[in-house]
Order: sequence, then structure tokens, then C-alpha cells
Amino acid sequence: MTTTVPAATTTPAHRAPSGGATDRAKAEQKLGWYLAGPAFVVMLLVTAYPIGQAVYQSLFAYRLTDPENRRFVGLSNYGVVLSDAIWWQSIATTVLITVVTVAVELVLGFLLALVMANALKSIRPVVRAAILLPYAIITVVSAFAWQFAFDLNSGFVNSWFSWIPGISADTDWFGDFGSSILVICLAEIWKTTPFISLLLLAGLAQVPDVLQEAAKVDGATWWQRMFKVTIPNMKAAIMVALLFRTLDAFRVFDSIFVMTAGANGTESVSFLAYRQTIARLEVGLGSAVSVLLFIAVVVIAFGFIKGFKVDLSQARGEK
Amino acid sequence: MSAKERNWWIVAGIVIVLYALFPIAWIVSLSFKAPADVANGQFLPSVFTWENYSQILTGDAAALFLPALRNSFGICLIATFLACILSMFAAYAIARLDFRGKKLILSTALAVAIFPVISIVTPLFNLWRLIGLYDTWPGLIIPYLSLTLPLSIWTMSAFFREIPWEMEQAAQVDGATSWQAFRKVIVPLAAPGVFTTAILAFFLAWNDFVYGISLTSTSAARPVPAALGLFSGASQFEDPTGATAAAAVVVTIPVIILVLIFQRRIVSGLTNGAVKG
Repeated sequence: MTTTVPAATTTPAHRAPSGGATDRAKAEQKLGWYLAGPAFVVMLLVTAYPIGQAVYQSLFAYRLTDPENRRFVGLSNYGVVLSDAIWWQSIATTVLITVVTVAVELVLGFLLALVMANALKSIRPVVRAAILLPYAIITVVSAFAWQFAFDLNSGFVNSWFSWIPGISADTDWFGDFGSSILVICLAEIWKTTPFISLLLLAGLAQVPDVLQEAAKVDGATWWQRMFKVTIPNMKAAIMVALLFRTLDAFRVFDSIFVMTAGANGTESVSFLAYRQTIARLEVGLGSAVSVLLFIAVVVIAFGFIKGFKVDLSQARGEK
Repeated sequence: MSAKERNWWIVAGIVIVLYALFPIAWIVSLSFKAPADVANGQFLPSVFTWENYSQILTGDAAALFLPALRNSFGICLIATFLACILSMFAAYAIARLDFRGKKLILSTALAVAIFPVISIVTPLFNLWRLIGLYDTWPGLIIPYLSLTLPLSIWTMSAFFREIPWEMEQAAQVDGATSWQAFRKVIVPLAAPGVFTTAILAFFLAWNDFVYGISLTSTSAARPVPAALGLFSGASQFEDPTGATAAAAVVVTIPVIILVLIFQRRIVSGLTNGAVKG
């Protein structure tokens, strides 16, 4: 929708005869890279370089406290990681958190978007401001709020919900795997649903009103219109929201660090990488975990883009 | 819309506001509980007290909290500023010029945005210790660019695409010099986009935790989220819950102010960069 403007200023470039670019097109090409180059180079420096370094380090048995014995071991760090139950446990935990949070957030986010789309003009700014707060708040702060609420000592949840069977004054939510994961997921869902709902709200706005009216005239019920008209027409927005949130959820770290520090099998892949490198100073093994996590993220991204045909040019605002 | 239907949407709106505010109200309430009152099992304190705030702002924990607050503001503002300058040029080129590599730059920005931060931190940890950037401001500002830059490039190019650039020529036809045309026509049109991008980038940097705990060791550079995560009380005999809650509230205040003032802009910035038909 916005491509006509730049095209207007660049028509000479398009008219360039095939085989050789005009001077003007060449100058534009150059200027483009002069302007965008610095940002591009900085992005590469702060990511491509470290990941390359991580790949290199992962090939060595290297402990920071014992640099004398650093030696090349090929791919055996990967063998150590992949044959360790801790790695698979952290993968399982990460996948569980990702699937649960993203699924709940998608449904909840869609409901929030519907309410915002239909809310009266007078209360819309209030709802919008409220919904931005969880998005903008520091993850660590949100994690603390939820942890303190459920905590055995400082919490109010146990005394408020003691009427529910199984919850009493001394229910220790962070004492076992299931309830710890539940609280972690609740905190994540609270914090990130607003982001999904705003993306879905933008998607809702793109569904043509004519289609809705036509379906109404044809006697479609509210549900039929929802599932046959609205949702199919905002599939692209849903897919982009899903992709971003899935990748984001897969990196979960802050909440786990604050709430359980990885106790009771709640360690995520990011947390495992952190613990290996920063806490245990096992640079070789930690790097291997980092590289594996990176590969997992790339695989998920490609799976989404190829499998679900997520059109990222749409996400980029092109055409 | 019938009156009954309208009431339902209002009720739903109120439910959303409660959903969003409840955990925040809880941490605020907790921050007003005296240490002995923290375990009262209730949502509200029995007696309101400013004790926790005076502890983190002037008391024992001030030596931990105040430097962290200064670090957070300094580092995040600089990282945001650098990202905005770099991406202003990049976004201008992407929105206005026709050059090969445009797609490559945008795809790279996307790839960097989805990058697992922890994969970057491991090698940086090693490198920074080697070259002396460990536990310094530049040592955090540089990796923060990996958070702020991709988002800035995306959001700003989306904003710049919507600027009616032909108005610049129109102004020149009407007799303005090219500098006047740029300053009087283009700058006012581009400023809101740049500003919104800056807010979003600042949020991202402000939220960072992984870099903060991994690449710092003292109050020389440690930002607030990291200080909070590692805070264990002014002394080992004291329960840090109330003080942590108070510190959490203090770092949330800037965020709330930005959200309340610029909510409309923030929403358009968030959705502009991501979903566009």
C-alpha cells in the first residue's frame, strides 16, 4: 500500500536498459549502501561474530578456570550434550512452556483483540493503556510479582484460594515440577498476551467490512461469520503473531531464573546454556548448548515460514 | 449495537483492565508492607509503611540500588540513541532508495531480532574479559544494540514508507531551498516515527536481563533487572521481599509514565512494523 511513493522517485532507475545500469541507478545503489551499511555492519558484528565464535569454542574442551588444558575435541561436546538427560529434560521443559503459553495466549489474545475492536470509543484508551502495561513492564518485575503472590511466605494465593481442594496454607507452589511450571506459564501469559492481542487487533482491522456485511445479509450467524469470514481473512496476522511469540517463548529465561532458578526440572535450554558458561565456566560445553539452541530457533523459524507459508514480506510492510 | 450488547463489551473491557492491573497492584501493595507484615497472607498490608522505599533510596540497600538505576538509565538511553541514529539512515535508504540488498538488510534485522540472546552472551562473556569490556558501560551498550537495532530498522522503515515524500519536491517548487524543504516538511513528518521507535527500543533495552547478569559483576555497570534478580537483602538476616518489591515499583514508574503518555503511538509502532497489509 505504500510502495507507490518510493517508486515515484525512482522511475529512472527502473527504465534503465538491461545490461548496464545508468549512472543515476549506480549512484542510488551506492548511496543506499552508504546510508544503510553502518547499521547492517553493526548488526552483523554484534550477532554473527559472537555466534561464529560460539561455534569455534564449542569444538574445544575448555574450562575458564583451567585454561592450560584447553584442547581441540571436535564435535565431542555436542555428543556429551546430546547424550545427556539434562539436555533432553531442558528441551522438554522449554517445549512444554512454549506450547502451553503460545496456545493460551493465542485464544486469550484473540478475545482481548475482539473486546478492544468492539469497545466503545470512550473506554478504548483506558483498555489500550491498561493492556500496554504488562507488555512494557520488565520481565523480571513481572516474575517477582507472580512469585511473591504464590510464595509460601509472602503470598496471598494460598489464603485466598484455600477453598479449592488441594490448596491449603502450606501449599508449596515451587516445590514440584507441575505447579512451578504452572506459575511460570501464568506469569509469561500475563506478560506477553497483550503483544499478541495488539497484532491480532491490527489483523482484525484488515478484514473487509463488505465481507462481514455480505455474510450478515446472507443470514450467517455470529459464529459462522467468525470462523468463515473473520479468521480466514486474518490468517497472515495470526501466523506472524504465532511465529514471533513461539520464537520468543522458546528463549524463556528471566522468569525461570527469578522463580525457580531451574529447580525441580524447570530448567529451560537458555538457562542450561547460562549455567554451563557463566556459572560453571564450562565454555566449551556452554557454547555447544548455545549453538544447539540457535539451530533449534532457526529450524522453528524455517518450519513456520515454509510449513505454514508465513509471508514475511507482509510482515515487513512490503506490498 | 443494542444496550445489552454494549453493556457486555463494557464489562469485558473492565475485566481486561483488572487483568492487566492486578499483578501490578499486588507488587505495589507488597512494597508498602513492613518486613514483619510480609507474611500476613493478605493482599493489602496491615499497616502502610514507606520503610522499604527508604531502605532502597537512602538506607542499607541504596548502595546496591541507586548505582544500578543510574547504570540502567545511562546504558539504555545511549543504546537507544545509537540505534535510532544508525537506523534513521538505514530506514531512509530502505524507504526511499532503490538499491540491491534492501531485502538482505531487512531479513538480517529479522534474523537478529529472533536470535537467542543466550547464544550471543556466551562468547561475549569470554571476549569481554579478554579485552577489558567486562563490567563496563560499553560492554553492555554494544550487545544492547543487538536488541534495539533490528526493531528500530523495522519500525522506522515502516513509518518512513508512509511519509509523502513528494511533498519535499512540492515545497521546493514553491520556492523553498532543499534544506528548508527538509527541515520544515520532512522532519516534522518523520519525527513521530523516530520518537515512537525510540520508545520501543528503550523498552527492549530496559527489559534486558541476560546481558545484565552475565556481563557485569559489580555496581560499576550492573543494570536494575540484574541487580533485582541477584538481590538477596541488605544483610543475610533480613527478608528482601519488601525491598525487592519497592525497587520493582521504582523501575516500573518510568515505563508506566511512557505508556500513559504515548499509548497511541506505541500501539501504532508495534503493529506497523509487524503486520501490514
